[in-house]
Amino acid sequence: MKFLTEYRDEALAQKYLHKINEIVTQSWNIMEVCGGQTHSLVKNGIIDLLPDQVNMIHGPGCPVCVTPIHIIDKAIYLAEEKDVILCSFGDMLRVPGSKRSLLDAKADGADIRILYSPLEAVSLAQANPDKEVVFFAVGFETTAPANALSVIQAHQMKVENYSILTSHVLVPPAIAAVMNDEESKIDAFLAAGHVCTIMGISEYGPLVDAFKIPIVVTGFEPIDLLQGIFMVVTQLENGQVSLENQYSRVVRTDGNQKAVKMIEEVFEIQNRVWRGIGEIPLSGYEVRSKYQNYDANKRFDVNITSAEENSDCIAGQVLKGIKKPIECPQFGKKCKPEFPLGAPMVSSEGACAAYYHFHQASAVLEPAT
Amino acid sequence: MTNLNMRLSCPMPKLDFDRITLGHGGGGTLTNQLLENGVFKLFKNDLLDTHHDGAIIDIQGPLAFTTDSFVVSPIFFPGGDIGDLAVNGTVNDLAMCGAQPKYLSLSFILEEGLLMEEFWDILLSIKNASEQAGVQIVTGDTKVVEHGKGDKIYINTTGVGSIYENAQISMDRVKEGDAVIVSDAIATHGISIMSVREGLEFESDIQSDTRPGIHLDEKMIPIEEQVKGACEMLGLDPLYVANEGILISIVDTEQAEEIVENLRTHSFCSRAAIIGKVVSEHPRQVVIRSGIGGRRVVNMMVGQQLPRIC
Repeated sequence: MKFLTEYRDEALAQKYLHKINEIVTQSWNIMEVCGGQTHSLVKNGIIDLLPDQVNMIHGPGCPVCVTPIHIIDKAIYLAEEKDVILCSFGDMLRVPGSKRSLLDAKADGADIRILYSPLEAVSLAQANPDKEVVFFAVGFETTAPANALSVIQAHQMKVENYSILTSHVLVPPAIAAVMNDEESKIDAFLAAGHVCTIMGISEYGPLVDAFKIPIVVTGFEPIDLLQGIFMVVTQLENGQVSLENQYSRVVRTDGNQKAVKMIEEVFEIQNRVWRGIGEIPLSGYEVRSKYQNYDANKRFDVNITSAEENSDCIAGQVLKGIKKPIECPQFGKKCKPEFPLGAPMVSSEGACAAYYHFHQASAVLEPAT
Repeated sequence: MTNLNMRLSCPMPKLDFDRITLGHGGGGTLTNQLLENGVFKLFKNDLLDTHHDGAIIDIQGPLAFTTDSFVVSPIFFPGGDIGDLAVNGTVNDLAMCGAQPKYLSLSFILEEGLLMEEFWDILLSIKNASEQAGVQIVTGDTKVVEHGKGDKIYINTTGVGSIYENAQISMDRVKEGDAVIVSDAIATHGISIMSVREGLEFESDIQSDTRPGIHLDEKMIPIEEQVKGACEMLGLDPLYVANEGILISIVDTEQAEEIVENLRTHSFCSRAAIIGKVVSEHPRQVVIRSGIGGRRVVNMMVGQQLPRIC
């Protein structure tokens, strides 16, 4: 398949591994920000093919994982309202709230629909004028344009029974938060290619300067990741600190301005609480007051502002790269995809799920039957 | 609609109703009319024609016996419909036991309001598929549920077949060094259904239900380019997408090539391939060699596959 096969080429992968092996002289901790990259690294077996000195640390770039528990509780509450259809991307459904998940609520009869695009939710609202359709708008900068577009479209078409429940977070403040954490041991970052496709790369230069760390904007295919790692290790070994773009076939320096304009039209940047991490200043999008009729937080009077986390879950430390999933005492024991303690075990971008499902040394065998 | 050729020679009988009503499952005249003019006429055979409470069958020797329910939505999809699926699914299960499929039961749960024309098309599909597989439908049942309490039509089929004389298909016979063969490209069935579906549900087909380990090679697993593309786009792992009609067999390595060649002569198995082998290194684990030479585990799927955010 064009643009795919060539980025999964075994000979090329071996070549990059060889080159990384040749130049590396000491241990480096490299954080891949995005959970999609984590999954690609584990699923393709890259973390075990890299030399021991290259330690990949998995970052907070899993939108499902960092959505605060009280917002999930809120989504469940709304879904169980009589006249509400709650729409969500699929991998939000298994994430545990304080008591239940959306999947549990669905099984109990709540009208919850799995969609691929928020625009489908707008159509659903048009088709069901007697219902309130709420889209659970979760994600990083990558999904923000489509969510913004759904609000713009609903506004233009005068669809008045549509709203979004946002949990939108931003990558650059998260990188700063990771670097500001006293326990952080990160030497360099692979930035998330998809996010930069929308936003461009200009936000990352100041981070490189402020924290004196190399950042390489990187894609998601095995060859992308290996090339990104090679570029980062080259900088580290040469004592360089700069911003580079490995994913230049997709990411333009100024991103996708049309998409950015849509985001700016609908959203404004505000402080955000990240599940497991806490509040990060100016790290998320909220719906502007101009569009408050489409903001589920304003539209529905639901007073759920906090909820208890399971104290056995170390998701926060995993998300900040302080601990690896297998260092959690509950990994594969009390915490499994069937009964997760935290979101990273069930999200398709969660680091715990990646290790649980794909990593041979970490995979947990079910008892013999 | 499916079965155009079939319909030309087998037009829908006059059934007085355009849609299924609650009365069609009530056991009265409407049920009778549906059975007499539809089901009995279409599936006519000596055992069914007795109109008894059950079929009395005479088979010698060991039997395979299986049952399956079909709730697929949409009921018509590219390449088939719920009718042929209901026959082929149970026939396949019998074949996997090493049996020659012989007889099927056929039970419908119909939702009030189902178009009679759609029901007729499904009946024709069932007839077609059962004739192709050489099975007879010998008993059955029809129930109708209120509108909103079903999803157009659910079908259950139960099948019996007689075991081939030398068939010994059993996990106990799997030994180190055996080859793993897949009969055709994977994931096509699941993706073709999804391509016309709004909501999403999946069946799991990959299981690590073995004592020794299995080593697979990702590059060797046949998959259609467009199926691969759809999986990439939707964020699904093709190993976990439904594979109705595809079989995985574990065979002695010395016979593996010959078996693959034989399979490939069959029109449904043109992409049959050896995809891995049975190993002792990682007991009870299925490990796959990734396209770039890394390794990962293939675990049992938890619940259903859910499409991801980005």
